[in-house]
Amino acid sequence: MRTDQKKNLRTFVIDVIRLNLRGGVGIQIFRLILLGIMGFGVYAYSFQARYGLCVTGMNDIVSWGFYISNFTFLVGVAAAAVMLILPAYVFHDPDFHRVVIIGEGVAVGALVMCLSFIVVDLGGPMQAWHLIPGIGIFNFPSSILAWDVVVLNGYLLLNGLVPAYILYNHYMGRPADEKKYRPFVFLSIFWAFSIHMVTAFLYQGLPARPFWNNPLMGPRFLASAFAAGPALITLILAVIHSSTTYKIDRSVFNKLRLIIVISAIINLIMLFSEVFKEFYFPTHHSSSAVYLFFGMDGHNSLVPWIWASVCINLLSTLVLAFNPGKNNPRVLLPACLFLFVAIWMEKGIGLIVPGLIPSPLGEVVDYLPTWVELAVTLGIFSLGVTIVTWLVRAALVIEEEYNGN
Amino acid sequence: MSAKKTEYGEDQDLLMKKSDRRTFLKGCSVAAAAASAALTSGCIPSVAAENSEEMKLRWQEFFKKNYRLMTQEEKDATVARLERLAKLRDGLDVQMGSYPPLKGVLYGYGFNITRCEGFMECVAACVKENNLDRKTNTQYIRIFEMEPGKLDPGTGDGQYYHKVPVENKFYMGTQCFHCENAPCTKACPTKATWREPDGIVVVDYDWCIGCRYCQAACPYYGRRFNWGKPEIPRQEINLRQHYLGNRVRPKGKMEKCTFCIQRTRKGRLPACVEACPTGARVFGNLLDPDSEIRYVLKHKKVFRMKEELGTDPKFWYFID
Repeated sequence: MRTDQKKNLRTFVIDVIRLNLRGGVGIQIFRLILLGIMGFGVYAYSFQARYGLCVTGMNDIVSWGFYISNFTFLVGVAAAAVMLILPAYVFHDPDFHRVVIIGEGVAVGALVMCLSFIVVDLGGPMQAWHLIPGIGIFNFPSSILAWDVVVLNGYLLLNGLVPAYILYNHYMGRPADEKKYRPFVFLSIFWAFSIHMVTAFLYQGLPARPFWNNPLMGPRFLASAFAAGPALITLILAVIHSSTTYKIDRSVFNKLRLIIVISAIINLIMLFSEVFKEFYFPTHHSSSAVYLFFGMDGHNSLVPWIWASVCINLLSTLVLAFNPGKNNPRVLLPACLFLFVAIWMEKGIGLIVPGLIPSPLGEVVDYLPTWVELAVTLGIFSLGVTIVTWLVRAALVIEEEYNGN
Repeated sequence: MSAKKTEYGEDQDLLMKKSDRRTFLKGCSVAAAAASAALTSGCIPSVAAENSEEMKLRWQEFFKKNYRLMTQEEKDATVARLERLAKLRDGLDVQMGSYPPLKGVLYGYGFNITRCEGFMECVAACVKENNLDRKTNTQYIRIFEMEPGKLDPGTGDGQYYHKVPVENKFYMGTQCFHCENAPCTKACPTKATWREPDGIVVVDYDWCIGCRYCQAACPYYGRRFNWGKPEIPRQEINLRQHYLGNRVRPKGKMEKCTFCIQRTRKGRLPACVEACPTGARVFGNLLDPDSEIRYVLKHKKVFRMKEELGTDPKFWYFID
């Protein structure tokens, strides 16, 4: 790269873009595929923009579907970065210090996806400016959705700016001033819990929906996210470890496994507690859970979905806990992947859709996303993956160069 | 702006153009199609279908304020713009009002479950009066056929389609209950829905961003969303409209029963009450001690739905 004298903020940005554009055939194909999927997502969204949300599978009864499900789950993934930030910055764990920047990159990617899911779910995206305080009206503090807008954007800023500040200093060849960024790190730790709790409160605060109106919602959100998020980060670290020169210490994986196992077990205990409450003495407040786990009035599209999720969740938690391969990555990595998928199934569709079924007037319908929803969702996932790869690649090159000097 | 573009009525020209463009797009490569489709549908109005007056009006409409923050002059201006737009686009002579709540009035509604026989005249009248979407068959009022001994519409049959009344069944209607402590208005992130001083919970269709949080928050299934552009046969459009009431909604916005605000604020009864052949529906001013609704509250056995939620609805069921 350039010599230190010529570096400034402008060259920082240019260099980050440049080093992201280079790369072998594999990475170029990967990038093209992502671009293609994003283009397809935009194409699918154009139908929604023209005809309205009637091109989705949602209706007046199931008024939130695949978009909000994915949004909810990804908030958890975003908040899970705190599981790296906490040991790295607060307990000064040297192993985690090397990987914390990756966790923050994942958080930024997840948050961008969250915000995109909200925007594509809006019936009037052109009116989204009505939310901006000053030019619009912000129903704060009454509306939990308003709180969510604040915490999500705040967390995005924190997780974008702190790493950017550190990286910029490292790029300039000097250590970052910890006194300057440390308060923001602490803030981001509290903030991570807040994005979770606020998103849970979004549902928890609705007495109209007994399935959501449940004080365990927030804590269970945290537990499932602290399992799914680190599981995803483990997978990303494994990819980085095997495909780049940036090597990650085995101890990082071991510590992550511990975090995942503990969170996954707490999550399962809470799931058991919820299931017990719903089925030991079922009331008319249990009808959503009955619909979810056993189906109702001949409608049972979610039954295989939730049982698959619970089984996969249980199995992968057991594998991660008992570690049958003696730290063999060929056993642990698939277990992480399966745990991630199981929690996605459960904390996404398995949480949002049954909350709306049966309707407050007892009507039961099934919900299936349409191709438009699936394509837009895939497009947003590709956008997230693109952002994460861009941020992580830039961060790793700068860090390696800095540590090499 | 795409929502604005197709706001009122039907425009055959516009529809034709859309399908042309769509066939054209199919021929393009995916990426190119995606980009141009997003641009044409999202931002750039098709030039031929517009004229500069319409553009200007739509532009002003896009940047207008929340209804509650408007002065009376601003309300008059937006109403004039909407009337003009309806004329320009669909040739409709809409008479839109923005009249304020009457002083000393708080509306209340009574539903006589002994009398209702499930004819659904109220539903038909509501659909017609309020310009509800005929394509998806939007209905504010639901009538449930109930088994004796049950009082929760959730246990009833809301899809019945046979000769009524059926022996040994009774009928219960639901709609927006205009709660005093409304969960929906609390949930709205932009204050696009609120309770007016006369007790009517309204939506500013142009301020709503379509997030549907209010719909999730409503324990009575009282809200409806415009999943697509509402379609009403031109000759059936009710031209006597209110800004907060039955004006034709844009797509992607929430709507709901407004106690026929366009009628009741002029001292008339809601369409459902007027249409009911059995006299099961009672509507009036709760602050007027001589009103029929006050008589019902005083002399009949009344109850409200999901009282335990503390929403304090202004809608009572009663038994003769």
